[in-house]
Amino acid sequence: MGNFYTSTDHFALMPALVLALFGCAGLFFRRISGVAMLVAGELFTGIALWRQLQAGAITAFDGGLVIDGLGLFFNFLFVAAAAITGLISYRYLDIEDEHHPEFYGLLMLAQCGMFFLATGTDLVTLFTGLELMSVTFYVLVGFLRENRRSNEAALKYLLLGAFSSGILAYGLSLFYGLTGTTKLAPMAQALAALDPTHPAVVLALITTAAGLFFKISAAPFHMWAPDVYEGAPTPVTAYLSVASKAAAFALLLRLFLGPLAPLRDRWQPVVTVVAILSLTIGNLAAVTQSNIKRLLAYSSISHAGYILLGVAAGNETGLRGALLYTLVYTLMNLGAFLVLVAMRRQNLPGETLEDFSGLMRRSPVYAVLMLVFLLSLAGIPPTAGFVAKAYLFLALVEAQQYVLAVIGTVYVAVSLYYYFRIVRAMFAGDAKPEAPLAISWGIGVSTAVTALTTLGFGLWPEPLFQWVKGVTR
Amino acid sequence: MIGLLLLVPLAGMLISIFLPARLSKYWAAAVSAATALLSVQLLRTGATAERMPWIPSLGVDYHVAADGISLLMLVLTTVMTLLAILASFESVKDRVKEFYALLLLLESAMLGVFVAQDFVLFFVFFEFSLVPMYFLIGLWGGERRLYAAIKFFLYTLSGSVFLLLGIIALYLKSGARTFDAATLLAAPLDPVTAQWVFWAFFLAFAIKVPMFPLHTWLPDAHTEAPTAGSVILAGVMLKMGTYGFLRFSLPLLPQAGHAREIVTVLGVLSIIAILYGALVSLMQKDWKRLVAYSSVSHLGFCTLGLFSLNASGISGSVLQQVNHGISTGLLFLIVGIVYERRHTRVIADFGGLAHAMPNMSVIFAIAMLSSAGLPLLNGFVGEFAILNGAYQANALWAYWSVPGVVLGAAYLLWLYQRTMLGPAQEVNARLQDLTVREWLTVLPLVAWAISIGVYPKPYFDLIAPGVKAALEALHRS
Repeated sequence: MGNFYTSTDHFALMPALVLALFGCAGLFFRRISGVAMLVAGELFTGIALWRQLQAGAITAFDGGLVIDGLGLFFNFLFVAAAAITGLISYRYLDIEDEHHPEFYGLLMLAQCGMFFLATGTDLVTLFTGLELMSVTFYVLVGFLRENRRSNEAALKYLLLGAFSSGILAYGLSLFYGLTGTTKLAPMAQALAALDPTHPAVVLALITTAAGLFFKISAAPFHMWAPDVYEGAPTPVTAYLSVASKAAAFALLLRLFLGPLAPLRDRWQPVVTVVAILSLTIGNLAAVTQSNIKRLLAYSSISHAGYILLGVAAGNETGLRGALLYTLVYTLMNLGAFLVLVAMRRQNLPGETLEDFSGLMRRSPVYAVLMLVFLLSLAGIPPTAGFVAKAYLFLALVEAQQYVLAVIGTVYVAVSLYYYFRIVRAMFAGDAKPEAPLAISWGIGVSTAVTALTTLGFGLWPEPLFQWVKGVTR
Repeated sequence: MIGLLLLVPLAGMLISIFLPARLSKYWAAAVSAATALLSVQLLRTGATAERMPWIPSLGVDYHVAADGISLLMLVLTTVMTLLAILASFESVKDRVKEFYALLLLLESAMLGVFVAQDFVLFFVFFEFSLVPMYFLIGLWGGERRLYAAIKFFLYTLSGSVFLLLGIIALYLKSGARTFDAATLLAAPLDPVTAQWVFWAFFLAFAIKVPMFPLHTWLPDAHTEAPTAGSVILAGVMLKMGTYGFLRFSLPLLPQAGHAREIVTVLGVLSIIAILYGALVSLMQKDWKRLVAYSSVSHLGFCTLGLFSLNASGISGSVLQQVNHGISTGLLFLIVGIVYERRHTRVIADFGGLAHAMPNMSVIFAIAMLSSAGLPLLNGFVGEFAILNGAYQANALWAYWSVPGVVLGAAYLLWLYQRTMLGPAQEVNARLQDLTVREWLTVLPLVAWAISIGVYPKPYFDLIAPGVKAALEALHRS
């Protein structure tokens, strides 16, 4: 106490400051190109994060903010997701006739909230970060003002999101009431001394967990995801499905492995059940979808289940597996959405299975790249998706959770079936004489980056393992 | 050298993407011919193992080596791929470039399966080989190609994910921080783990072989696949299963406990496959489907030999795997040749083909007799050794599987009679006999079949060290 705002605090806060500054600039300086603003903002954020990485672990704001390996891991992931989302958006927004610079500002403001989710160690900081992210996403989901589906999705997301935030706030406030502190470190000590079977503790745990499961769209709190994913502008869906989910996972890991670790016996069964439910509902519901955005929404529910399997394993390998999976999922899911963004052309939504028909004849490069992403999502070697899944199974077997491991592997085959419905349409379907894909410079670069990393990390995963190992040490 | 062998088809595939489509077939033929020569060269000189770290933090290595059995499989793979490519010159007219690129990619993956000494490396090749084959069946196959392709993929994938779990369990339980197959298989295990791992492996390999009752993907996939796909599926990909049994399942048996009971179950399943496959073949009205079902029967012999767990049975099984590749490959090639002319595979549409296509009918006779196990042809040698081994293991097995040989002769001879002999129908009277290119595709296999049948000793010599090692692993504890 005492020093109000030290230079350490400033250093720790730097990426968020940059993001907030550039984000607000995006809202106010409408003459400047939004994409340029975003690229500059992400560049400076990247530099700030890089300097923090060099500096090592920092605790700032009297333990309200921690810059550690875990936080930086997620933040680099957010930088990649936001930059790619920005790069793929401008052509799409032009086609939708809704190209406004504030779009990019909102992307960065959401990322600013994510920064606090990944690095905050104070309940108030964390909750503020979560709300900043969520509120920004409510706006982004409804960004297509003339589009009814987009408006409907935004309203749905707002109502359900606010509801879940309320539940989460309720749980967090109960924890504050039980422990008398909002800082995670002292809270951990206080919770360890409490009786874990006390009804108040159980209630606090359940409400907190429910709020978090909603944010990562895990079943049975997933109802909003298909509708919101379908209605939102496709780049926003991409951003929502990777960055927002990863940020919520960061929060989940911070809480569950931090102050809630003493209550492991309480939450582990819950996480296990939610993971199995997510895998089951996500995979089985995806089978019958004909809208690709809905299909990917259900598949993303199942991927949340896989990440939760890592948490449920409860060992060091499981945590690494969850992180690895989050990173790989970000790359491959972004990649799949990139192709979907390029499918949106003038007078053609390009979201259904039929729209993919014969893509191989019209745009062979994008069809093959989509194949790489889908193979990776299904977990077929030699892609990064295989590495991530195999590592999760390794964690589960190590933790002797054999049933979970078998469930996880069985759903690999199920997921292959629906991913290959897209493959089948692309390669075996008849080509329709349609306008060429809406490829822009940004989409080209982004697809190349995501595809190369998806394939590259599958062939050479050692750097990933080293990084994740460093983060969890 | 082995690395080069894996790399040549892969590089050839990458280059072929940039070549004009009209050149792709010649390029693919050239690349696969070079690969075949390379594999023969390896067979003559022997292969040195290659090893370097791949994922050090998990103990995964790029580790490839080849003993006699692997070398034989490599040659089988490269020859089958080359012939499959030659056989497709006329029949594949759509998306030519993609077709040949996929065949070369598939060749790389298949070669990798037979040389990988690291479990992760093996799994990557084993599983990835499904992807090109899915496309070969799904894009260039018959009428129900898409159904057959996804069925093939899902079936095999559901098995191989358990292979992955088994590998992981083996890795963790053995405590050796390596995925090296030999180290893991030699590590002491508790019987429960060993048994679970054994069954996990069994599921993957039994679906691949396929063993009864997991065979239902095979008739669809083999029938709907284009000629090249059928030739490679039957000729090479089924052997990945038997090869996996030999290399990775058998060494687990001694530790699994109840080895005798397990082997009895597997032997009985093999005999069911032999008899059931033969009986179903007898009933087929579709020429290609008949050949497909005959594979179930023949692979039953291969697994029966393996689970005899003696030198004669195992070496006979390995040789029979090559033999099955040769004779069934030949049969599928001929079905393809006739289908190109008549665009039907219904047996009743044929008859008297020997009049119009005398040369083809001779080749078909040789293929049929080799498949039926006539002495002086390759099939006899393998079947004899297998039955000999089966008799040593359990006399009942031999008694029960011999009717399979008779039935095999029955459905093949009956097929020959219905298609080649008798009066020629009007539509079949003017069919063109074998062209030069078709001669080129069938002759190597005919020559190979006769050479094995007349003088099998070099092959047994080649196989012997690998079989000896497998037997030593079996009797270790």
